[in-house]
Amino acid sequence: MLEAIFNHYNYWLIIFLMMTGLYIVVSRGNLIKKIVGLNIFQTSVFLLYITIGKVNDGTAPILTGKSEIFSNPLPHVLILTAIVVGISTTALGLALVVRIRESYGTIEEEDILVSEGHQTEMELNKIQP
Amino acid sequence: MTNWLHHIPILIVAVPLISAPICILFTFGANRKAAWFWTLLVSWFAFLCSIYLLNHVLENGIISYHLGSWEPPLGIEYRIDLINAFVLLIVSGISAIAIPFGRLVVDKEIEPDRQILFYTTYLLCLTGLLGVTITGDAFNIFVFLEISSLSSYVLIAMGVRSDRRALTAAYNYLILGTVGATFFVIGLGFLYMVTGTLNIMDLSDRLTHLADNKAVHAGYAFIIIGLALKVALFPMHVWLPNSYTYAPSLISIFLAATATKVSIYVLLRFLFKVFGFSFDFIPLTLTFIFLPLAITAIFFGSVGAIYQTNIKRLFAYSSVAQIGYIVMGIALSNTIGLTAAVLHIFNHALIKGAIFMAAGCLVFRVGKLTTYTIRGLGKEMPWTFAALVLAGLSLIGIPTTVGFISKWYLLLGIMENGWWPIIPLIVIGSLLAVVYMWKIIEAAYFFQAPQDRAPVKEVPLELLIPLWVLVGCNFYFGIQTEITIRIAKEAATILLGNSP
Repeated sequence: MLEAIFNHYNYWLIIFLMMTGLYIVVSRGNLIKKIVGLNIFQTSVFLLYITIGKVNDGTAPILTGKSEIFSNPLPHVLILTAIVVGISTTALGLALVVRIRESYGTIEEEDILVSEGHQTEMELNKIQP
Repeated sequence: MTNWLHHIPILIVAVPLISAPICILFTFGANRKAAWFWTLLVSWFAFLCSIYLLNHVLENGIISYHLGSWEPPLGIEYRIDLINAFVLLIVSGISAIAIPFGRLVVDKEIEPDRQILFYTTYLLCLTGLLGVTITGDAFNIFVFLEISSLSSYVLIAMGVRSDRRALTAAYNYLILGTVGATFFVIGLGFLYMVTGTLNIMDLSDRLTHLADNKAVHAGYAFIIIGLALKVALFPMHVWLPNSYTYAPSLISIFLAATATKVSIYVLLRFLFKVFGFSFDFIPLTLTFIFLPLAITAIFFGSVGAIYQTNIKRLFAYSSVAQIGYIVMGIALSNTIGLTAAVLHIFNHALIKGAIFMAAGCLVFRVGKLTTYTIRGLGKEMPWTFAALVLAGLSLIGIPTTVGFISKWYLLLGIMENGWWPIIPLIVIGSLLAVVYMWKIIEAAYFFQAPQDRAPVKEVPLELLIPLWVLVGCNFYFGIQTEITIRIAKEAATILLGNSP
């Protein structure tokens, strides 16, 4: 049992990070903390891909004639793309938070919901005498 | 000439992608009209390409295009069979009809200095949706899915006249959409771990021998849940109503008609082509998870729609219900059920496109749309409301409309499986649609206009023509059903067949 954990410690670490990230996204009401959680969640996936690309005793796949065993470079390439996607998502998410803060004056989900409820109610009252 | 035509599979994606940065250049002349015209040209180009591709596939069978002449499975392959040729036609066709409609609406809803960037982002969104549909590489699907999602978050956040609620709607969509896409990538990671390939055809070949592999099962679960989030299948629909309600009208039309449809296509592709029926619990998930969720979606969406006072929100909830019908067709997993699903992907795009276009006309004149503000408008905007009512009839499923055709096939599919108890549920679902459409008809035709509202004029012809073209399509394809049914049937056979 212990052996199974230690031999695959990287996978356990990834699962821990994945669950931490997802839990933060679900449980926190602060919009920035949610994005931090999302980042941790995505990072765990990057690590998952990089882990599966590693071959024991393998080197970088450069043909020098010295080594015969190479690690699989494709997951790294895929994850480079995924990192770019992750960065754009974070940038866009934070930009949205800035705009939300400008127009609501808060980045707490509960306060925003209250303020939105008021706005919708006012609209209905104004037009529905 | 023939050489050029050979490259259409890549051009249909590359041209919108390259024209997006070119579109930004119009900022230097601050030429909004040119940016719009550029988007129009690109949309029409994509539309013509997709017609060519569909024709080609119908006549000569599957097209396989190798990017950079690298042979699959090592290189990326664009693989076009009847199903994705059909979805390509839907996406580019809706875009080609929505953009002519869009100029006046965008002018009214988006601040002038943002309009050029708006069109740029729109082109990126179009690129993403077309790319997801055409590609035969699983990781490529993720990349294009994120291109389309990221640009749609931006487009939704712009909001009708910078409504601040659009920002929170876009934020929630961003969080849930990213979680969904990341689940999809985790699933792909598991599949890659086991098979060592990302090409869809290759994946499905290799997975047939790996039916008992636990990693494949985990990958299946992650991919299906991630895609269900993107499809907005109940109970993962929470991002949808607010996004469609507060988004600019052009974006409501485009996304409601295409975005969820493309995700459903990916779901179909993975369920039936990649995983096939290689292990036992795929039919089990279809019957015991997808079917109950689809039925709940139909009822939750329709009843939710009845209680809405905001018109756009009402139709957003109705979209949740319509996705339920499509997923039910998938859950039946017989040829007729899948025919109904593929048909309804097309038909619902026509219906919701027309309905949100009519809503766009109303926003153009009235601004905020509630069952109160539209009172008495039936007389003041007769053409818009006639179109809305006709599209509503199609939504309900009156014979001679497209809505009837897909519901008819859905019923036939249910009968083939012998699931009789579900039939009354579908009929009740349609009756609920009558109730919420009646709410709008009652407000528009049977109530006096509010005292404090200035008289409203009918919208200009530039908006009415695209609207009526779409409404016309609703009836044309409801009467001339040979083409769509033939394509849908062949698509269903491809999905269920074992041959590639």
